[in-house]
Amino acid sequence: MRIRGVNIGLTVLLLVLAALFAFPMLWFLLSSFKPGSELFSLPLSLFPDNWTASGYETAWTRFDFWRYFANTGTVAVITTFFTVLVSAMTGYAFAKYKAWWLQAFFICILITTMLPTEVIMPSTFAIIRDLGLYNSLAGIIVPSIITATGIFMFRQYFRTVPDELLEAARIDGVGEFRAFFQIMLPIAKPIAVVLAIFSFQWRWNDYIWPLIVLNDPNKYTLQIALRSIVGADNIDWSVLLSASVISLIPMVILFVIFQRQIMSADINSGLKD
Amino acid sequence: MVQDAPAAAAPASAPPTRRRIRRPGQTLAPLLFISVAFVLFAVFFVGPGSLGMYYSLTEYTGVGDPEFIGLANYEKLFGDSQFYRSIIRTVLYTVLAVPVHYVAALGIALLLTSAATRFRSAARVIFFVPWLISPIVTGVIWRWMFGENFGLINFVLNALGGSGQRWETEGNLALAVVILAGTWAGTAFTMLLFIAALRNIPKSYLEAAQIDGASAAQRFFKITLPLLRPTSFMVILLGTLGAMKEFAMVQALNGGGPGTENMFIVQYIYQTGFQRADIGYASAVSMVLMLILIVIALSQMRFDRREDLA
Repeated sequence: MRIRGVNIGLTVLLLVLAALFAFPMLWFLLSSFKPGSELFSLPLSLFPDNWTASGYETAWTRFDFWRYFANTGTVAVITTFFTVLVSAMTGYAFAKYKAWWLQAFFICILITTMLPTEVIMPSTFAIIRDLGLYNSLAGIIVPSIITATGIFMFRQYFRTVPDELLEAARIDGVGEFRAFFQIMLPIAKPIAVVLAIFSFQWRWNDYIWPLIVLNDPNKYTLQIALRSIVGADNIDWSVLLSASVISLIPMVILFVIFQRQIMSADINSGLKD
Repeated sequence: MVQDAPAAAAPASAPPTRRRIRRPGQTLAPLLFISVAFVLFAVFFVGPGSLGMYYSLTEYTGVGDPEFIGLANYEKLFGDSQFYRSIIRTVLYTVLAVPVHYVAALGIALLLTSAATRFRSAARVIFFVPWLISPIVTGVIWRWMFGENFGLINFVLNALGGSGQRWETEGNLALAVVILAGTWAGTAFTMLLFIAALRNIPKSYLEAAQIDGASAAQRFFKITLPLLRPTSFMVILLGTLGAMKEFAMVQALNGGGPGTENMFIVQYIYQTGFQRADIGYASAVSMVLMLILIVIALSQMRFDRREDLA
């Protein structure tokens, strides 16, 4: 059925699907504001009878959230900085220079997307340990810096930048490094922003590296701390729900600020090709 | 790596003729540009890859020296029922989850790019929100929904006169919950890929077909779907690899339960290598998983080649 170009059936379908997607999130969020006694009392109700932040208070006092935020934030920010820089340099080399070894290395990088870290977890652990990075935040940061996605995004982007620009700079006597840092890198700012957002999200939500590298609870990231709550024999749901909500706040803020960049169509130029 | 060493100072270059003028800096510069990535690649991909191959031939607990035992770990694999079960459940999960994920993401992308629907931008935000949520929290959210004794789903089923289902203690139902949660979490990003690809399809193609009397279904199957082929290939390949290494979300959702029934392969590697400190055996399992992933990637590549690789 169509009314003035609007297909009612499809619109209803879209709304129903959106409601289905939103619901688990909503239920989780509303539950986190219920007092512990209400969480399991039948009949369950969507909205809390008595709104309370007691779960949040308990979570906040029982766990050292400032520390987890600081640890996770440190890892996410530092890794993101290096990921953007290294991806830009590497992607630029792949896009603007020709040599057999560049070609070969590019293929190696592509292969890493097929062989995720998880596959070689035990031996990676041994290497991190032997490098003296075990139980340190650096042990999470250093191995996470290179990502095939980031390198690929920059490569694709720099390929669209005309070679003439680089040639002109060379004729003017601009060195290769100045050409990169002062001309090319600023041009690629949109890609840098997108990769930075992605990288921050990957690192903020990362689980497997911190899990195998960190041992000392003082070094835990948020995800590992959450895992210790959900892995307990008797799950304290009131604390777990609140702690989970708290862990989402930075990502939500990031999304609100960068929504346009994240959702814009040409974000995906790197992965799409 | 070393090709030709840079000579003295770069000569003043003449205006570009047909051939590119190569200055020494143009060999050195890319070498330096890729150097950091190359070192990290060598240390954290090549290193663990080859070390894992070696460890798989040893008995190694993580302390002391690995003891070479030949193919004993692989022989043990053949009689390890948990290994087979992990492989079978991981493959089953992949085979079921990837198509569900594909259809959900493409369907939603079509609705969000159709000019005939309303509330598209608000809906798009809702579909995208799960992307922000970590796998651990995703697991928590769905565990909270599908708890057997306390979850909302069973409460509603009971209230409607049905009976609660054994979401946690029956293997296939537990797997179904993992599929649901994985689809919910993974749709956001895939949907964006499809939206971008759909916007690249020239409207004139579809309009011309419509004028020629093609039905909506014909337009979709004869025009849209074939033009989405590169994106579909990416989505299916990435989805398959992602599903084969599913780990974090399941850890929080049901820990691979009931018991070890849905213990996926990466969890088995983790348990063997880190909880039972049998790094040698865990490495052997790793090598098998690596082989499976290579076979999957290569066979999917045969269907569709990344054309701009060259």
